[in-house]
Amino acid sequence: MSVPVLSAQNIGKSYGSGTNRFNALKGVSLEIRAGESVAIVGKSGSGKSTLMHLLALLDDPDTGTLLVEGTDARTLKGTEVNRLRNQDFGFVFQQFFLTANATVLDNVVLPLKIAGVPPRERKARGMAALEQLELADKAKNKAITLSGGQKQRAVIARALVNNPKVIFADEPTGNLDTATGAVVEDILFALNKDKGITLIIVTHDIELAARCDRQIFIRDGREDTTESGAPRKRHAGAHAGAHA
Amino acid sequence: MKFIDIVKTAIANSFRSKLRTGLTVIAIFIGAFTLTITSGIGTGVTNYIDTQVTAIGAADVLTISKAADSTSSTTDGPAAYDPSKATTVSLGNGSRPGSTIQALTAKDITRIGKTPGILNIDPSVRVTPDYIEYDGTGKFEIIVNATATLTTADLAAGAQLDNASTTDEILLPTTYLKNLGFANAKAAIGQAVAIGITDYAGAQQEVRATVVGVQNETILGVGAGLNQTLTDTLHAIEVTGAPAGASDSYATATAHFDAESTPAEITAIKDDLATQGYASQTVADTIGSFQTVINVIIGVLNAFAVIALIAAGFGIINTLLMSVQERTREIGLMKAMGMNGGRVYTLFSTEAVFIGFLGSALGALAAVGVGSLVSNILADGVFSALPGLQVVQFAPTSIAIIIGVVMLIAFLAGTLPARAAARQNPIDALRYE
Repeated sequence: MSVPVLSAQNIGKSYGSGTNRFNALKGVSLEIRAGESVAIVGKSGSGKSTLMHLLALLDDPDTGTLLVEGTDARTLKGTEVNRLRNQDFGFVFQQFFLTANATVLDNVVLPLKIAGVPPRERKARGMAALEQLELADKAKNKAITLSGGQKQRAVIARALVNNPKVIFADEPTGNLDTATGAVVEDILFALNKDKGITLIIVTHDIELAARCDRQIFIRDGREDTTESGAPRKRHAGAHAGAHA
Repeated sequence: MKFIDIVKTAIANSFRSKLRTGLTVIAIFIGAFTLTITSGIGTGVTNYIDTQVTAIGAADVLTISKAADSTSSTTDGPAAYDPSKATTVSLGNGSRPGSTIQALTAKDITRIGKTPGILNIDPSVRVTPDYIEYDGTGKFEIIVNATATLTTADLAAGAQLDNASTTDEILLPTTYLKNLGFANAKAAIGQAVAIGITDYAGAQQEVRATVVGVQNETILGVGAGLNQTLTDTLHAIEVTGAPAGASDSYATATAHFDAESTPAEITAIKDDLATQGYASQTVADTIGSFQTVINVIIGVLNAFAVIALIAAGFGIINTLLMSVQERTREIGLMKAMGMNGGRVYTLFSTEAVFIGFLGSALGALAAVGVGSLVSNILADGVFSALPGLQVVQFAPTSIAIIIGVVMLIAFLAGTLPARAAARQNPIDALRYE
């Protein structure tokens, strides 16, 4: 059996100190294998975003160990962590985080710019990613002029542009209406299926979670094993059928 | 992120909030403008003095006078009478009205001549001719430039005075040409003029001298320059019929030393003379004290400009702190995407440096434009009596230095906001739950 892409062993995280100390995550263990789609499900404040931040190496766990392809994340140097986040991970956020006055293309190629890719190649790869998401005609438009669904597609193009191994999506449909949300979902799952990109989706939407191979339920900083685990495929394809 | 991309991004970012950047640029503009103008005035005036006086002709000359008498201080009252002392003489032209110094006597001249390092000494002779005339077209008053032999003239035509020559040479200022009847500067060269002078007995005599050159009027002595030979000739006439000893006192004397002397050797000669009771100055000293005054004035003006720039620096800090705050999420995103803190720091410092460059380059450019314009207007107006004076002049190096210094100030101002940006935690920036 291959080494898991990400493996968390009893990781915990707390914020603040003294009486204000708040334990956001109280020890969660999980393994994510290449090509899987995993939903991290929980209510607001359950600690699901904290878990994603830890998995994405955006934050360090206070307790427990996180292994990235078998390597302890704590032993990784800053430059290696940055390289990993830049080239192996892609991020999709609920709030898009697009630079409003920059063009769509400029927004999409930001990870390549950070990686130091020369301009010509940047443009080619950026346009390829935009074409994949049917946004090529909007490449020269300012990001602010896009609709919600177009924005999220631009964000996915940005997450894709570096050909990542893992895409982290934090409430990817949270700011979208049902129809556009379903389109975005379909795009993400198609990437998972066709390109074998590992998908980690943080959501409180049970239906979205149900489309994933596996669900991990988080409640009050712990995994809620009464619901987690068993793949529930009953909704799979439901949205795809409705909105394809 | 490559450096070129950082620079491009920083420039694009600084234009994102145009009003805010614009106001900061104006603040820097004012400082850089002032600094460029003051340094331009410094350059202009210094250049003018340099062309006027120095041309560093007579670097091997010391002007020597009796040191100020310590017994004549205000608290001690008058000193006891000493019959061997020479009488005081007025310094005349250029000195404080009514000021006098102890005269040098023949004995003094001999003593100075024996000082080690002094090659020869000539008592400074001041001659006062009555008139100058060319080709019988009319007699005009003549003023003799006492410093002509010490300096190299700013020539309009012809050659410098040759003190070794045995012919009587004269250097005319441009202002004399028209009255004397010369069409232009070139026409005067090689012509003979007549100089009238009265001897001790009251009889007027005439000496013929050749015009070797025409000089632009200078601030350090207006009038005609005479070479040593002509001066000696005129002096000989002036003292004709005088009782022995009557002309045996001089205000100053000029001594030559080895032109190859090092500054230390020159200082040694001056110290030696000082212990004997003589004050001595090289041409460089004279010019130096003149330039010190100008440098102090320029320095004070520059200090004000720098204060303006420091204030502008706080403007940069404010502008960037606001933009760091505004772009918290963007910074968080870039860090989440693997941009390290160092690059974020560079991005924001580059933005600061760019704002500094924008302000200083525009300020310097405007200063050059306005300064040149004003300088030309002044040169034709108020300063038309001082030909060759461009009161504001710009040296490319000093402009480059000013822009560099402003960019450095901007960089220093940018460090605080840039550090705040670099230290941002991507999580805090992206959190929205």
